[in-house]
Parts: sequence; structure tokens; C-alpha cells
Amino acid sequence: MYTIGYYPGCSLTGSAKEFDKSLRKICDLLGIKLVEIEDWNCCGATSAHATNHLLSVSLPLLNIKKAYKQGITKILAPCAACYNRLVTAQYELTKNNLVKKELSEFLENDYNSIKVINIIEFFQEIIKEGILDKKVVSLKGLKVACYYGCLLLRPKEIIDFDDSEQPSSMEEIIKITDATPVDWNYKIECCGASHSIAHKDIVVDLIGKILGDAQKHSADIMVVACPMCHSNLDMRQLELRKNEGYKSIPIIYLTELIGLSLGLSPEELGINLHFIESRSVFEKYFSKVEVQL
Amino acid sequence: MKIGVFVCHCGENIGKTVDCPRAAQESAKIPGVVISVDNKYTCSDPGQNMIKNAIKEYNLDGVVVASCSPHMHEKTFRKAVASVGMNPYMCEIANIREQCSWVHDDVEEATKKAIDLIRIAVEKVKRNFALTPIKVPVTKRALVIGGGISGIQSALDIANAGYEVVLVEKEPSIGGHMSQLSETFPTLDCSQCILTPRMVEVYQHPKIKLLTYSEVEKVEGFIGNFKVTIKKKPRYVDETKCTGCGLCTQKCPIKKAPNEFEQGMIKRTAIYVPFPQAVPNIPVIDNTVCTYFRTGKCQMCVKVCGKEAIDFNQKERFVVEEVGAIIVATGYSLYKIDKKPKDSPIKGYGEYGYGIYPDVIDGLQFERLASASGPTAGEIKRPSDKKEPKKVVFIQCVGSRDESKGFSYCSKICCMYTAKHAMLYKHKVHDGEAYVFYMDIRSGGKMYEEFVRRAIEEDDVKYIRGRVSRIYEDGGKYIVKGEDTIAGIPVEIDADMVVLATAIVAQNDSKKLAQTIGIPYDKYGFLNEVHPKLRPVESSTAGVYLAGACQAPRDIPESVAMASAAASKALVLFGSDMLEREPTIAKVNESTCAGCFYCQKVCAYNAIEKKEIKDRNGNFVKYVAYVNPGLCQGCGTCNATCPSKSVELIGYTDEQIFAEINALATL
Repeated sequence: MYTIGYYPGCSLTGSAKEFDKSLRKICDLLGIKLVEIEDWNCCGATSAHATNHLLSVSLPLLNIKKAYKQGITKILAPCAACYNRLVTAQYELTKNNLVKKELSEFLENDYNSIKVINIIEFFQEIIKEGILDKKVVSLKGLKVACYYGCLLLRPKEIIDFDDSEQPSSMEEIIKITDATPVDWNYKIECCGASHSIAHKDIVVDLIGKILGDAQKHSADIMVVACPMCHSNLDMRQLELRKNEGYKSIPIIYLTELIGLSLGLSPEELGINLHFIESRSVFEKYFSKVEVQL
Repeated sequence: MKIGVFVCHCGENIGKTVDCPRAAQESAKIPGVVISVDNKYTCSDPGQNMIKNAIKEYNLDGVVVASCSPHMHEKTFRKAVASVGMNPYMCEIANIREQCSWVHDDVEEATKKAIDLIRIAVEKVKRNFALTPIKVPVTKRALVIGGGISGIQSALDIANAGYEVVLVEKEPSIGGHMSQLSETFPTLDCSQCILTPRMVEVYQHPKIKLLTYSEVEKVEGFIGNFKVTIKKKPRYVDETKCTGCGLCTQKCPIKKAPNEFEQGMIKRTAIYVPFPQAVPNIPVIDNTVCTYFRTGKCQMCVKVCGKEAIDFNQKERFVVEEVGAIIVATGYSLYKIDKKPKDSPIKGYGEYGYGIYPDVIDGLQFERLASASGPTAGEIKRPSDKKEPKKVVFIQCVGSRDESKGFSYCSKICCMYTAKHAMLYKHKVHDGEAYVFYMDIRSGGKMYEEFVRRAIEEDDVKYIRGRVSRIYEDGGKYIVKGEDTIAGIPVEIDADMVVLATAIVAQNDSKKLAQTIGIPYDKYGFLNEVHPKLRPVESSTAGVYLAGACQAPRDIPESVAMASAAASKALVLFGSDMLEREPTIAKVNESTCAGCFYCQKVCAYNAIEKKEIKDRNGNFVKYVAYVNPGLCQGCGTCNATCPSKSVELIGYTDEQIFAEINALATL
């Protein structure tokens, strides 16, 4: 049985709980065991590294330390921000002697043998190992814009699973669903991130450009792998919808798209929880299959 | 033994920190020293005369000059003592400047140390013996590797001085990158017009042996006496029979191979001449695409050739050439940003979409577009739809001066050629707009700054200081997003075409070639000179010289100047029949040498050979190590390695070194 450590982080228990839900469903279906890190704590996110550098490194490392004590050798961190913090902390530990010195007592060990992977790497791996090889529903004809955002691919000194400026790994993965990835220009542009709270207008402007370009390249749907991007693109799209004649585009998680092709229902995957409904898009492609929307 | 000690103040350089008169007084007490004096500037004429007079007056056997590093003036003082009949190797330097006064502050301590250093040198001189330089013959013939403008210039200079030259070029034609250029900065004269006559001159020169489509395979020997093995790759066309009529290239049915000379922008045939002005004008068959080599059929070229020059059975051939000097002029290549090389620190520039967007091109591709002999006959048309671009963006420093994605060095020529490109574009497309994104404009050179100003002021090229973060296609336009760091605002330009000034990089096989020849290279693969200022065209291997962009990014005038300098270095060598070399080399004691050849393994100059020892009846006794005096550089590594202490470095024998150490230890 394929077993992997699991670090959900706060988003996947709150605003992105459908990300968590769909991932767990897929894993159940494919016989993958997710071992959640016991008593996991906050990764520190933006707040920690805006406050204190050492804190921003030690919070993620504390999680890795907990995983180590549980016997976990590989951690899946689906949230792009968590993933970024975890691998950055590991990198700092090898490259920054000051950090190493400061944390040596607390760490007790070198945790760089523990590999932290993101959701794309997770799918790459289970496809390579033949665990994800079947599909029940062909999504042939569905045009998908894959959106990476910033945290998954950067900085390139630390994260090197794909070209940080011209990525293609998500496109490769969605090919197994028969869906067609579209060629578009805004896959790594900024979504505005946490400006969503204080400067909503900036985010609305940015996502307007992102969504506009996806639609210009005739995407039916956008697939994301980051809770922050999802909430901005999905929730703030409501603002754009106020404009007359605006045609909305559903934003779903990569796990949800894979789940659909595995025959899971949108409800099981939590797709019904998004702000922008996807009924119309899926009805068009799922008329032959019984899908409850 | 009578030894004289001369302590130099070097003005304030030594005198400020070392009490020179006291050092001289103390040195006079060392046994064997008969005269010890100090002097303000010993290297000056009066200073040297003082030494000469002392040698005569006191009948000295040895001299110690306590002064600067031996790298600086050892030769000067040895020459001075030799002029009054003393063997130059009886003069030693005690380095009390670089290794004493410059690195210490305390006068008392520094003076003590200076006296110690003098004592050491005196003990060594006591054990010195007269040495005479080694003489080796010189083969007055040169090898030039690379047939670009640098190699051509070097070859012509040497040949015109009356010496034979072997010019090796790996491509089917000489000409190099310069033959691909349209016009040249800062005068805008046509590159081909000034280059092709030189190419023909090389071809017709009675003293130049031209080997195209050939590569250097092996280099043996040493300065004045190199033996070079050159691989001639099969052209499949007999060079002696072919007249260059061109019928075979017209009739060849394979017309889809990418044309390397045109930077892949058009196609060529399987049998081809790289470009119309190629020298020699003899075609070559590309056996990776030729139908005959792939299927055994076709032979169209054989049918149309009236001279029976096609020879599918040609094989690689090896020729051996004996030369006295080697000039390496292998040039550069351009950083290709379309593919991120695997296992490389280079991260690529995916955000510029080169290799994805047909109208995002590099500098050499633009040269071909602007060239009258290029694929568009000199009209600026973008590759995708052959339309005239009305807005062109030029981006400088793509890969250069970019530690995070490319290389930390400056490629040097891009500021100038980008100004030229923008200018050429404006001259051809009058209603067009040209934008240049730059970091700094580096236009050092005669008429260079004026040239850039002309582009800005007369040709209205818009220079924007800042980097470009992304290029993407939108409705047939290329949206260039960047930053104007002077205005402090983001910029977006909807361009029809983008030209990237990608970095100049070393040839991909430059490291291999450097290893073959035995010369050092830097971390980028550029070949290293011995001294960046005073010996810029010499490699650290005697007799091997460097010319052009194989050493660092260079423009044409610099490459030509370097090429002539390298040629003159070779000619200096050819000026004498015998070569004098330092006698301070390793020597093997054959009676104790056990033949383990550890010395051979550690020798960096391939100077150790196997020698057979026979008894008086001619029976084999054993193998011993033999030091080739022509190759040995006297580094002493073998000396330190030898387990049986059978290698000695002449002039630095164990006895001499131990005496120096003892001089310190017995204090």
C-alpha cells in the first residue's frame, strides 16, 4: 500500500476544505494511505516570515520533526504556501549556518532526509508508479487552463520540479483525464494573494486579467493547486460578475478534476462548495454519464 | 666562499617597515658574507652598478639581494651579475617586500624577519652551483586552431612573415561568426565585404595549409617541438576533383535539413556548401540526413557530378603535423535559451518564450535577417508570417550579468550590436519603432559611445532602462512586459518581433580542446591567459597562444588585435634557431629510481617518460623515469612525490632546501 505523510495545514481545514475532501476521496479510491502528522502546527505562512526569520524556519521544521518522530519519510503538503514554507525551511537548514546553529538544540536531528512534495509531484509520482492509471469518465473536449500561481514554482533555487517561468507539469497530469490543456499566457501571474483582504480592488484587477486571458484562449474551466489562488479566483470573481455581460469561469482544484475523471461525483469532491458554479460546464460534457450536480 | 648582501629600501615600500641599515649590519655577521650594504633603489642603474662593483672589488662568489619578489626582479639582478662574469644562478633573492614589509606593521619584528630571510638566502647561495640554460631546437611552423577572423588574422600574419602555417577549422568553411554578420559596428561596413577577401587570401597563400572540416585530436611535445594529430572528418566529396560547380547541391532531393549558417531559419540540402562565399567552395554531405546514408539509395549527386568527385566511402583520416607554436582561436558560441540544459546551473529564460514563439529570435538570427545574403535578402521580415515588423523590442543582457539565471560576466559586445541592430532596423523600416531594454550601456571603444548616441538621437531608438519580466503572444503581437527603472513604472509594449541579445559563451567543446592541448580554462570554459594584463595572449603552456573570443567575449577589433599579438609571439619564437629554457628542472637519479612512475602520474606537464636501462652487454636491466627537459616546468611535484628520493629539482635540491630550513631552526 502506498503510504505518505500528510500535512493539511490550516487552509485545507477551512476555506479549502474541498481540496482536502477531494484528495482524501481520491486516496481512498486508489488505496493510498494518508498519515496525518499528529498535532501538526501552523506553517507560519506569511505572518511568520514577516515577523521573525528564525520563527519562519522553525515552525515548518517543528512539523517535520513531528513527522520524523512518527516515522514518516515523505510528506505531502497540498497547500502551495505550506509546501513552500516547508521546503524553504529545509533549504535554509542546509544553506544558512546561522539558522543551523540557532536551531541545532531544538532540532536534535537533520530532517533533510524527509522529502516534502506538493500536489503536482504527488500526482506525478502515483502516475509513474501506476497507482493512478484508470479513468472512468473521459473529459475529452474539456478545455482546461492550468494555473500555477507563484508559490508552487518559486524560488527556483529551492523548487526545481518544473521550469519556474514556463511550467508544463500540471498540463502533463491532466492529460490522463483526456481533457485538453489550453496554451495561455497567465499561468504564473500573481493572483494578488492576501491583498484580497485589505486591497480587494487590486486582486479584482489582477484576477480579471488572469481569467480574461484564460477565456480568450477558450478555456472552459481553470484548474488550480493553491488554496490562496483558488479563493481569489473563485470568490473575487463575484465582483467581476457584477459587470454586465461577464461570463464566469469555474475554478476547481486539480484533485477535483482528477476525482471527476475517476468517477467521483461533484458532491463527493466538494465542487458544489465553490462560489462559481460549474453545472453548465459539466452538463455539457457529462450528458452521457449520470452526474448529480 | 665570499658572499655579498644587498638590502634594498624600495623607497618607502620596504624602508618604512624594515630597518634596512640594521638588516645590512646584522647580515654582515653571517659567516661567509664579506660585504653587506643597503641601498634606496637596488634595481636602479646605480643600484645594479653597486652590485657589479662589489663583485669585482671583493671577488664575490655569490650574491643575495634582499628586495621584492623574485617574480619582479630576479631576472634583472641575475642579468646584472652575469654582466660581470658571475653565473646568474649564483644570485638569490630574499623577498623582504611582499613577504615581509607589505604584510607587517611592527618595525622591530619585520626587521628581525627580514634578517632571517636574508640568512636563509645566504645559506642557499652557499650551496648553489653554476647552471647553464637548456637549449632546444625550434620547428618554425605554426598551427592555428579555428578559422574565424582571429585564426585568419594569425595565420596570415605568420604566413606573410614567411613561415608555414597549418590552419585547422572544424566546420566545412572558414569564416566563423564574422561571416554571418550583416554590418559591423561602429562603421556599419559590410562584414562579408571585409572578411571574404581575407578568406580567399588564406586559401591561396602558398605558406598556409588549410584543413577544413578537421579537428585537433592529440597534441604531444613542447614549445618549439609540438606533434599534432588532426582528424579530417569525411566530406564524402573528393577535394582534389571537385570544381565547386554546385550542380550536386541543386539536384539533391533532400531539402529539409536546417541550415546552420542561417541559424535554422531556412532549410538546406543534404549535400551543401554552408554559404555562397564559403572557402573552400567544396560541398560536404551531411550523412545524418542524406538518403544514401539512410537507405542506400538515391546517389543523385553521383549521377550529376561530371568530375566523379562524390565518394561515399571516405573515412576519417588522421594527419600528423609538426609545429613549433600553437595559436588557439576557437571563438565562442551563443547561449541558447530555449532549452534548459539538464544538470546545469543555468536556469534558462522560459519567460521569454524563445523556441516557442517564432518571432522571438536571438542576435545572430537578426544578423541573418538584416544581411543582404540572408534568407530575406536583407529585408527585415519576421520569421512567422514574413511580414515587416513595425515594432521591434531588443533585450540586452539575456544570460549575461545575471547570476541567478545565466552568467555573472558581461558579454561585452551586446550593447554595441544591439545599437547596431536597432539602427539597421530603423534604416530599413522607416516608420518602424525600435525599443531597447538595457541594464547599463557599456560602449567603451573608439567611436563606440558616439555610435550608441547616434542610434538614440538620430535614429530615434527608444532606450528603456530596465529588465523584461515576461513575453507572451496575444493576437499576433508579442506583449513585452518590463520595467522602466528610471521612470519607476511598469511598461508594456505590443511588439511584432523581439530580439534577445543572448550571452556569449565558450564553445561547448572548449574544455575538451583545452585538456587535449594542456592549457587551463576558467569555470565558464573560456581559455585562460597567463597574466590578464601583461601576458594576455599567452597560455601558461609555453608555445601555446590565445586569440579572440575563446579567451573571453571579444569584438572584431579586439579579436584581430589579439590575433596579431599571438602571431607576433609565435614569430618571436621563430626568430631564434635554438630556444633557451630555464635549467631549474627535475633530474632523475637513475641508479636509485625504482621505476614506480608515481612521478609520471603527478606530472602536470606530461614531462616524465619511461627510459630503458641496459647493461654494457645490451641486456635490459630496468625502466627508470626520464624527465623531458623541453617539457619540464620545474614545479617540483615529482620531487615531492618520489618515494625513493630519486628526483631532484636542479637549483632547489634537498640539500639546498634543508640548509634554508636549518638556517631558521638553529637560531
